[in-house]
Order: sequence, then structure tokens, then C-alpha cells
Amino acid sequence: MTRRASPWAWLWLLIGALYFFVPLFATAQFSLKAKKDVLSFAAYQNVLGSPAFFQSFVFSFRTALLTIVISALLIVPTAYWVNLRLPRLRPVIEFLTLLPIVVPAVVLVFALIRTYNRTPLTDSRAGTYILLTGAYVMLSFPYMYRAIDTGLRSINARTLTEAAQSLGAGWGTVLFRVIFPNIYISLLSGAFITFAIVMGEFTIASLLSQPAFGPYMNLLSSSKVYEPSALAILSFGLTWLAIGLLQVFSRRLPGRAQIVGTK
Amino acid sequence: MAFLDLSNIRKSFAQSTAVENFNLEVERGEFISFLGPSGCGKTTTLRMVAGFETPTSGTIKINGVDVTNMPPNQRQVGMVFQSYALFPNMTVAGNIGFGLKVKRQSESAIKARVDEMLKIIHMSEFGGRYPYQMSGGQQQRVALARALAIQPQVLLLDEPLSALDAKIRISLRNEIRAIQRQLGITTIYVTHDQEEALSLSDRVVVMSNGRIEQIGTPFEVYNFPTTRFVASFVGTLNVLSADVADASGKIRIDGQDIQAAKSVANTVTGSSITVALRPEVLSLNGHNTPGAINHLTGTVDDVMFLGPTMRVRVRLKDQSFQFDEFNNPQVPPPQPGQQVTVSFPPEACLLLADT
Repeated sequence: MTRRASPWAWLWLLIGALYFFVPLFATAQFSLKAKKDVLSFAAYQNVLGSPAFFQSFVFSFRTALLTIVISALLIVPTAYWVNLRLPRLRPVIEFLTLLPIVVPAVVLVFALIRTYNRTPLTDSRAGTYILLTGAYVMLSFPYMYRAIDTGLRSINARTLTEAAQSLGAGWGTVLFRVIFPNIYISLLSGAFITFAIVMGEFTIASLLSQPAFGPYMNLLSSSKVYEPSALAILSFGLTWLAIGLLQVFSRRLPGRAQIVGTK
Repeated sequence: MAFLDLSNIRKSFAQSTAVENFNLEVERGEFISFLGPSGCGKTTTLRMVAGFETPTSGTIKINGVDVTNMPPNQRQVGMVFQSYALFPNMTVAGNIGFGLKVKRQSESAIKARVDEMLKIIHMSEFGGRYPYQMSGGQQQRVALARALAIQPQVLLLDEPLSALDAKIRISLRNEIRAIQRQLGITTIYVTHDQEEALSLSDRVVVMSNGRIEQIGTPFEVYNFPTTRFVASFVGTLNVLSADVADASGKIRIDGQDIQAAKSVANTVTGSSITVALRPEVLSLNGHNTPGAINHLTGTVDDVMFLGPTMRVRVRLKDQSFQFDEFNNPQVPPPQPGQQVTVSFPPEACLLLADT
């Protein structure tokens, strides 16, 4: 017999939904009022037609991809090795990867600037771009590491590695034919979260004077009326698209990692 | 020369020694079980043969080649894990063919070998399925086929049936043995289940606290245990404290004299000794058992009806023991409080060294 949710559960769900969707609806409605007395997409047209929008969007998009690649190259082997050989170090690594959440972005940026002051990293646009990417890689650590570590633990990476080795596989075969295909979804989930963070990040990009999407959004909000609302809705859409793609990819992959047997 | 030779193997971790003074020679095609309680070192020893652990000292040789420090992917040793360890991203055929792909065999050779292995494990129609689409027993059969596909020199199984229910365990263990016999592969099987070890093996290595207690055939290990641990771990055992009555093998249990088959060496009359008796060698008095010249009289404490047999617990003065009787509808079982006498031959007395 199926249990029905209690009325109180429905009430709290309704309150939560209103809390989330009412401001969103209000923002969307405001963004459609760029033309007097008529609902239109004029604000959206102005935003999407602006060269600054595409430049900042492409800049942040490129930086997000670079961040994901560097982060994956750093985190995947680290998490794998910790899982395989150094399980006692896991709490230490977890603590270290959580530091970027604890440390405010302002403090992080000033620490970077102070540390690399009077080096090429602060004396040129390319140098500050490297600092920006490095800061974003650090920001991605909590999400990438936890996602990948969870994935590795769910597939019992150690036993799979030993099974592959007993069949004659070297490290390369183990990593690329056994481990990566089975943590693909975990890697994607960390990657999409990282993507959303980088695309919307403001503080670090602003303080490093980078033409990123976050500072562009802030600039727009101080100079335009309806366009910032349109941009906010577009940003939400972008984030939901990233999550939707994650759902699509996770359904398409064959097989599922199963925790079987006992140990 | 033995096919698999473990010589003076020792494995220490930071604070403890997991395996000590381990010596074993295994002939080609032999089925050996490592039997013992959890933490006795049997899996650690198996992992050293596989190459996942390196011995602190000692050598391991397979077919005359020293593999002690050889990486696991070069040893040509197949392993079946307790948790199956099938690759979730590959089908059954993909899993079985994985080792052959690593060896860069041709697609046709891989397909032929995979089909052959699927036939052996009676799962020919399962080639396209993924691990999550199969039961535990099916997954373990695929894991076995995967390990055998590469034609390993030695097959290692680490408690492969522990995660399965009782019925599947029995049928699968018989399959494993049949396949092993058919292919003639030297096999080491780790288990804590004595029934598995006794029913499958050519020889059993009983281990405790990182050391070998006894190596022998199942018949030898069960009927002639050389230490108290082996006697108590393998099968059910009545362990009774006794005193040495004289040097000819006469011993006294709670005031009752019995005769052991062998004289007791290096003991003084009146000194303490431990006697072990299997429940199945004791018979209720009144049954004509040739050679059953020893008798112990006591009071029935409890009778457990187990269907085809009954297990009767009898109290002596300060100790108690159990014996088994076949269920006979014509003969009523003993009642609690009833005086009974059991008989057994001298050869049934196991005089144990305390370990």
C-alpha cells in the first residue's frame, strides 16, 4: 500500500517552492518590461547583442574549461593514489581541499597578489590570467575531489585495480580502461559544478582585473535597468543546462557501478 | 620440484607479524585450501602469491621462477575476489576478454576463448549483459571465467563464495572444483568455512595467528589433528581434561579410566593432559561397536533433535561432552537426567598438545 505524503509535507514544499520561484518569477517579469507598457524580449536582445557580453562569456567559458582540465589532471591521480595506497591520508586531503571554501575569495586573491608580487605573474595580463586560473582551480578542489573520491569509493577502485593487474594490465591500462570509464560521471558532476562556479565568479576576477563574466554582470547592473535581470535569468538557464546535461549523460552511460559482495 | 614453492615466508606490518615461517610446496594441478579464522594470515599469504603484497622475507617460486618481487601483472596468476570485482563498464564478454585484450590477442582469438569460457560456466547467453544485470552467483561465475581465460599458471580464490547464500554456495563450489579438475590448474582457495575446505581440497593448510598449524589431506586434518587448534577448528570436538594414569596410555577422566591407543610420551603419572573426542566416534552403550573398549558414564543434560541425527550432551563429574546418534524411530531418545554410558575405541582418543 503506498503511503501518501502528509499535508504538512506538501505545505513545506509549497513554501519552499514559493521562496525560490517567486523572486525568479519577479525577476523574469521585470526583465520583460524593457519596453513601456508591453512585455518584450528587448532586454534580452540588448544583452545578447552586446559584444561585451560575448567577450566576457567566451573568456569565462574558456577559463572554466581550462580550470576543469587542470583540476581533473591534479585531482584524479591524487584521489586515485590516496584511495589505493594512502587511505590514511584521506582526512588530511579532505581538509586541504575544503580550505578554499573556508578562505574568503578576497583573502585568497590578496594572498596570491602579495605572494607573486613583482613577478611576471602580476606584471602582465597573461600572468594575472594564470593567477586567475590557479585561483579557480583551488576553488574547484572541494567539489572535484569529493565527487571523484566518492566515485572511486563506490566502484571499490582498489579491488578493480588488483583485478585488472592480475589479468596483466599495467598502470596505463588500469587508469584509462578501468578507472576513468567508471568515474566518468563523478568527474562530470565535479566538472559541471566547477563550470557553474567559474562562470558566475566575481571577486577574484574583479580584483585581478580580468574581463570575466562575473565583473561584466556587475558592471551591467550599475549601468542598466532591465538588462541585469535578463542576464540573471540567462545565468540561471545556463546553470540548469549544465545540470540537465549531467542528468542526460548519467542516463546514457552503460552499466552502473555496483557495490557488491562484502569485504 | 614443486610447481608452487613458498619458502620461509614472513610478512610483517608496522606493529604486527601477519605471516610467520610459512613453508608450502604445491604440485601442478593440486587444489589447496588455506583454512583458518579471520586474521590468521591466509588472505595475506594469498596476496603475496598474487603479488599485491611483498614478503618481508622468504621466496615464492612458480614453475621454478622466483616471482617474489615480480609485479602482479607479470606473474600470470588469475585471481577471483570475494567481491567479484567485475568491471562495471564492460559486458560479461568484455570482462572475460579483458586479459586477452591486454595481451593484444586477435579479435577472433578473443571471441573464441570468451565463447569457450562462457560454455564452461554455462552462461553462453549472458555475453552481452552487464554485471549489474546479474545475480551474485552469476557474477562470481563470470569472475571465475575471467580469471581462467588468460590460462593462468596458478588460480587464486579469496573467499569467493562468502557473499553468496548457502544454496548457491554449495552448487557453485562444486562447479569450481569440477572446472578446476577439468582444466588441471594449480589452485589456492582461501576460506574460513571448513566444509568448503574439506570438500574441495586435495590438501588443506590450517592456519592460526599467521602460522601453519597443519598441512594434510582433508581426511588427515579431520581425523588426525596434530594440535588442539586444528582439532577444535576443524569439526566439532569434545575437549576433556584428564590425568595420566600410567605410561601405557591409560588416562583418567573425572575418575573414569580409559585407554588411549598410544602411550603418553614425556609425562609423569598423575600429570594433566587434554583428551579430545569427536562426537561421531562415541556410541551409546548397547550398540555393538567392535573395539569400543572404553566407556564413559554420565548423566544426560540435553538432547538436540537434528532430524537424521540427535546430539546428546552428557555431564560427567565436572565436565561435559556431546555425542551423535542416528535417529531411529524404533528406539526412543535418551531423556535428560537419564544415566547413559558411551563407548569408543582407543584410536578415537586424541591426545592434544596445547598451542
